Amino acid sequence: MPEPIIAVEGLFKSYNSNGVIVEAVRGLSFSVQEGEVFGLLGPNGAGKTTTVEILEGMRMPDRGTARVCGLDPEKAGSEFKQKIGAVLQSTSLPDKLRVKEALDLFANFYTSRADTESLLKRFQLEEKRNAFYSHLSGGQKQRLALAMALVNNPQVVFLDEPTAGLDPQVRREIYDIIEELRKDKKTVLITTHYIEEAERLCDRVAIVDHGRIIKIGSPRELKHSSAGTTRIEVRLARPLTNGVLSTLEGVADCRDFEGTYVLHSTLPPRTIVALVKQLEAENNELQSLEMFSPSLEDVFIELTGRRLRD
Amino acid sequence: MASNVLANTWTLTKVRVRLAMRNRTFLFFSLFMPLGFLFFFVMVFSKGDSPWTAFILGSILTMTVMGSFWGLSVQLVTFRETGILRRFRLAPVGAGPMLASSILANYILVVPSAAIEILVTKWGLHMQSWGNLWAMFLLITVGSAAFSAFGLIVASVTNTMQETQVINQIIWTAFLFLSGATVPLARFPHWIQGASLFIPATYLATGLQFAATNLATLSEIATDFVALALGLLVAFEISRQLFRWEPEAKVPGRAKLWVLAALVPFVAFGIYENVAGHRLNRIRQDFQLLDTREAPAPPSDVH
Ligand SMILES: Nc1ncnc2c1ncn2[C@@H]1O[C@H](COP(=O)(O)OP(=O)(O)OP(=O)(O)O)[C@@H](O)[C@H]1O
Ligand SMILES: [Mg+2]
Repeated sequence: MPEPIIAVEGLFKSYNSNGVIVEAVRGLSFSVQEGEVFGLLGPNGAGKTTTVEILEGMRMPDRGTARVCGLDPEKAGSEFKQKIGAVLQSTSLPDKLRVKEALDLFANFYTSRADTESLLKRFQLEEKRNAFYSHLSGGQKQRLALAMALVNNPQVVFLDEPTAGLDPQVRREIYDIIEELRKDKKTVLITTHYIEEAERLCDRVAIVDHGRIIKIGSPRELKHSSAGTTRIEVRLARPLTNGVLSTLEGVADCRDFEGTYVLHSTLPPRTIVALVKQLEAENNELQSLEMFSPSLEDVFIELTGRRLRD
Repeated sequence: MASNVLANTWTLTKVRVRLAMRNRTFLFFSLFMPLGFLFFFVMVFSKGDSPWTAFILGSILTMTVMGSFWGLSVQLVTFRETGILRRFRLAPVGAGPMLASSILANYILVVPSAAIEILVTKWGLHMQSWGNLWAMFLLITVGSAAFSAFGLIVASVTNTMQETQVINQIIWTAFLFLSGATVPLARFPHWIQGASLFIPATYLATGLQFAATNLATLSEIATDFVALALGLLVAFEISRQLFRWEPEAKVPGRAKLWVLAALVPFVAFGIYENVAGHRLNRIRQDFQLLDTREAPAPPSDVH
């Protein structure tokens, strides 16, 4: 295997927030090959941003090593910055900066410069080229952020929750853009807490929780680890007695997430029949029932006992 | 490497000038408000072509130049708090170009404001002579850069916008009222005059007032110029050392001590000038000269 373009080994980072020590990253290791789209999938506070920002040279790890493009981000010299591009999770631009100006301004800092006109076109910002940053919609701001991440033709692109808070349609537009990056053979490190995003975009995904990687592999591989089970989510009129559901036929595991019962079943049709019978016997009623084929969500629930979504 | 620093500084400077021109608050405070004060003071304190008109011009120029201090501190804190700075941090831009470009952009904007004030006073308010334009130009140049750098230090040692505003308010009040920019220094009790020599603003205010009234030669403003230039260099380097890109990065306690270092040049000049006494004598003499040159009512005698 060739030398990975991103290599992280035993990374630790804690914050001191008003005297309370928060261990954000606790021994993270992974590597990414050139041209790979790699995802860090995890719930809020998992340590995704901390990890990515260490790789961008924006934060210093307490322990461990990180190498990006063969360089140490910690030194974060100009040479390093020339090679990477990024969308930060929390950032902004001056209100009265125009879209085209922002692209040109940032392009100016680099030795390798992408054509900002074609970036405008590619990110559908041509109409907005003269708009002030403060007048852009959330989706437009995010597209501009993506375009800005590419002004220097970077070798590695870091995208920290590039679709957070956007509506589904805008999110899909951004997926298309990331698909294009993949076609261009760019190395992309993306963080997300959207399952679909990780499944759809990533060659490999690391599931992160509490600052640790709990599973790593291609979306397929990960789903295979919970293969053979179907997720059934039910809401009931009244709560059920504890543990009844896990005794139903075919149920491999059952958890209660604030009134939604999530069952994993190896024999979905039988489980559903058994469920209905059980409810009739208890004089309870079904409010809703949904079935899902195996996804990363199931992997996450299996591994952590929690759901990924809030 | 060095050429990159210069190129980045210039790139940022151009964008900052453009942003400032789009900012109505900035235009109000840096252009319209000083002009308003100019008309008001000349109307109230000076009549016809009295030498006081030129003196007031000196004061207004001082305020315009000192405004850099307020503007740059607020701008830097805003940029830091809203996460704008951290976007620049990703790019190969250092703290030096970020800071230098804000000083340069501000200077580029102060010069036309000052020029307009001078022209308006000469043609609109019938100032007797042009004053010592070269001396004014030099003082405006070094003054705007120095006061910008002081603003950058305030931004570096405060953690929130609220803190910045409070500290600005305190310093601004001292600058405005103890420097002779509003009340002529010669009217103060002697001990305040002595104390004022420790305040950077005094060097700017007295320098500009006597340059405008044509009482100061280039060599006479040399000490003002040197004091401000030293202040600028020290303040710039300190603000570069204390520079923080991240909103959540807090100032370390020892940083506040660094601020004292920024005052060192002025403490040194203050002691020297108090001991030597030339400057205060000259200020008092020049002031009397103005008073007697022609005698419309000086400020405090007006009702
Ligand atoms: N500057 C900071 N000071 C103190 N604590 C911090 C800081 N930044 C992050 N943390 C804490 O570290 C933990 C990990 O945060 P991080 O932002 O890396 O998570 P994340 O996976 O990106 O979460 P999200 O999905 O919400 O963006 C959280 O508990 C967070 O509160
Ligand atoms: Mg995050």
